[in-house]
Amino acid sequence: MAEYTIKVRRFQPESGQGPYWEEFNVDLEPSLAVLDGLLQAKDRDDGSLAVRCSCRAAICGSCGMKINGQSGLGCKTQIGEAQELANKKASAVGGQVDNAPIVIEPMGNMPVIKDLITDMESTHWTKIRRVTPWLLPHGEPPEREYIVEPESMIDITQSMACIQCGACVSSCLSMEADPEFIGPAALAKAYRFVGDPRDAETHERLHDLADDPHGIYDCTHCFSCIDACPKGVAPMDQIMRLRRKAGEEGIEDPNSGHDHELAFVKIIEKKGTLDESLLLQESFAPGVKGKLKPSKRAIREMLGSLPTAIRGIKTGKMRSLHKLIPGVHPKLPDQDDVKAIYAHAEEHSEEFNLYIKGEEGELAEENVEKGIERSTDPDTAQEVKNG
Amino acid sequence: MSVGIISKVHPVRSHSNAAQGGINAALNPGDSWESHAFDTIKGSDYLSDQDAVEIMTREAPEEILHLEHLGVTFHRNEEGKLGTRAFGGASAARTYYVADITGQAIMHVLYEQLMKYSEQIARYEEWFCSSLAIDENGECCGVVTRNVADGSMELFQAKSVILCTGGNGQVWQPTTNALICTGDGIAMAYRVGAKLMDMEMIQYHPTTLAGKGFLITEGARGEGAHLLNAKGERFMEKYAPNKMELASRDVVSRAEQTEINEGRGFPDGTVALDITVVPKKRVHEALREIVLVGRDFAGVDITREPIHIKPGNHYTMGGVKTDVDGRTDIPGLYSAGETACVSVHGGNRLGANSLLDTLIFGKRSGRDAAARAKRIDYARTSKKVLEDEEAMIADVVSREKGSGRRISEIKRELGETMDGKVAVFRDEAGITEALEIVKRLKEEAKTAYIDDHGSVFNQDLLGAIELGYMLDNAECTCVAALERKESRGAQYRTDFPERNDEEWLKHIDLEQTDDGPAISYSEVTITQWEPQERTY
Repeated sequence: MAEYTIKVRRFQPESGQGPYWEEFNVDLEPSLAVLDGLLQAKDRDDGSLAVRCSCRAAICGSCGMKINGQSGLGCKTQIGEAQELANKKASAVGGQVDNAPIVIEPMGNMPVIKDLITDMESTHWTKIRRVTPWLLPHGEPPEREYIVEPESMIDITQSMACIQCGACVSSCLSMEADPEFIGPAALAKAYRFVGDPRDAETHERLHDLADDPHGIYDCTHCFSCIDACPKGVAPMDQIMRLRRKAGEEGIEDPNSGHDHELAFVKIIEKKGTLDESLLLQESFAPGVKGKLKPSKRAIREMLGSLPTAIRGIKTGKMRSLHKLIPGVHPKLPDQDDVKAIYAHAEEHSEEFNLYIKGEEGELAEENVEKGIERSTDPDTAQEVKNG
Repeated sequence: MSVGIISKVHPVRSHSNAAQGGINAALNPGDSWESHAFDTIKGSDYLSDQDAVEIMTREAPEEILHLEHLGVTFHRNEEGKLGTRAFGGASAARTYYVADITGQAIMHVLYEQLMKYSEQIARYEEWFCSSLAIDENGECCGVVTRNVADGSMELFQAKSVILCTGGNGQVWQPTTNALICTGDGIAMAYRVGAKLMDMEMIQYHPTTLAGKGFLITEGARGEGAHLLNAKGERFMEKYAPNKMELASRDVVSRAEQTEINEGRGFPDGTVALDITVVPKKRVHEALREIVLVGRDFAGVDITREPIHIKPGNHYTMGGVKTDVDGRTDIPGLYSAGETACVSVHGGNRLGANSLLDTLIFGKRSGRDAAARAKRIDYARTSKKVLEDEEAMIADVVSREKGSGRRISEIKRELGETMDGKVAVFRDEAGITEALEIVKRLKEEAKTAYIDDHGSVFNQDLLGAIELGYMLDNAECTCVAALERKESRGAQYRTDFPERNDEEWLKHIDLEQTDDGPAISYSEVTITQWEPQERTY
């Protein structure tokens, strides 16, 4: 049993006062959850402390909140760990601290109703409904079940594991900048249908999400949602899958992200190393090589990138100027390893999915144990990549 | 026709989420509904009504296919068809599943359908029901509700009301159940005169974590996990040599408790569940949720070491007595799912039959409720019931701090009492003591005070109302457990250790009176499966 101080950002809407901070002292085993601390304070000290909660086991999705500034579930964050983080944060600004208050706030990107209770309807659920969140199969259902690839069901079960807690929405930096961004939770939900072979509207769904200026291209890859998600849904990964599928459907990406990704793959395959002089051209006018017959849009984009390049040169960020001349950048002398990686990836082209592969981190950990982290054996190289 | 769904939490927060392992149906060509029915009846220790079990098991395959067509991401076999896993008490692998989030996957897909049909079905999310309205003919005509967000009270008029409010697990501490499982529907129905049935039948799940009581799915044993005592012995060999870990839940829970009571458990009052014998890839694919539960809530990597578990409160087999169309004794009032007692589970529910019960009898209740609504006119409802509820709430809110005990104290004493005296093993002295404590707590609840006097999200007030529901549930369970002087299913009386079909092959029904629950009996319906000795 240990003593903790939790510092809660409170708001009592009927008091006529603004939000304020209140500290509660609680006694708990370190392995118990922050939510247990809040419930103890509520039970012992103040029953008006409002927090949504139900299952206590990270399955109902009620208790999304910010703990020491990080979005997550109160029931899934151990109070001992929260204390360590609080100490670390306090120490960073004011020397060694052993029992800094654990700071608890309502989720971000949502209006606060009372204490830790936010209005999820106006933000989260409205966005969920935006993505037509139900299966749209073609015609009448079959007499028995739909026959589908077993992997396809496992694949979308990662999105299905979403418990709609809103932690990703709370942490989303893009949504902070653009409140109209459809956001990580709703887009992960969208992938659940786009990736479902039983759904007949894949093309329409992808167009809808790509054409919306607040859609799939509004994500800035900040990884916050992946960090925040308590269920391993990895919303950003689902958004990237939507983008890839959109690329495959021939949908033009305003950021050329898909082509940019392919440009990296292609250049490294050819040279074994990244020749940055080819990157712009390959990203915006892929396949044109040295002949320079790009589309108008590509020319516009490439010219548009010039000021950035010039700034890079001026500030000294780009130093090996001669390497900017196409073709000057040398090939890597021995490319066998690189080729082996490409060949292996080609053979084993499957997407990383926690439901198939197991825990992220775990495989890496095992590999370290086995001492194969640096192995060049193609079979284990794949495992390292997954980790 | 106008349909509304009222839920005290947002619907996707509901506790069907927690049904991890799957849903049973005899859908495979080699399987039969009769086999599923027999397993269910044997599992129930012959206390289930066989006509109801027949309906449930016959309609199961169609229901699975319906869910699949709506979009549930059921596990597939190599041919891309629906795949199954083994589960306790079943003679065939007939459990259909989505990893170990089956309940969550089904409920979220059903919520998708609610969003799809939001024009036709109104949702009242975060509205709390405090009582049922009964008209002058004794028929149910609506519910009194409180909008949690602003505290306003409203009487919803209805031609039919279906109670699907889950079980009463919070009456016990610890429990696998969510904080919202406070027996609301059971108590509301009881208070307006509906009969309750089989209230003594409370399931203790064999694999829950010590302390907070979290559930480790039976799917783990379905995938091959072993139970070991502190000496490392696979003790189920002694208790169920054929089915081993996959015997019925009551059998496994008693075996574990016996090992613990006789000193072969671990010092923390547990035995071990060894999942390391299941291939790792399979664990990650099919049991991922409990990998997370082990890691986050017990600090154990279940793929590398056994995890300590014990029997823990899990499921309410009893509930509001209904027929096979969900009808209670009160016209217009229906009930389905864990709230109801049809009874398909009798003395012990088989794993992966709870989602099925909810879906089948939920659907049947809905159909009958709709037919009734089309048939009749709205009754004249009196505002008195609404005024009574407003007065009750005003009374709770007005109590001075320190005027009595805190709600949370009473709740804790109730939970510990019930877990100590009305659990896996019971006897007359213990149950009697528990009943006396419950009666005292009922008195104390009348003066218990709350801190929150506001209207917006006054969870403190709702907690006080829920405590009342819980105490009614507890009293009924004690009375029924005391009455049944035999051991059957989840009711094991150390003072009456044998099943006694001659005297006790019958349901215990309870009805509210001023002096507490009045006892009566009803027949167990037997169609084609005569009671036999039950071994696994």
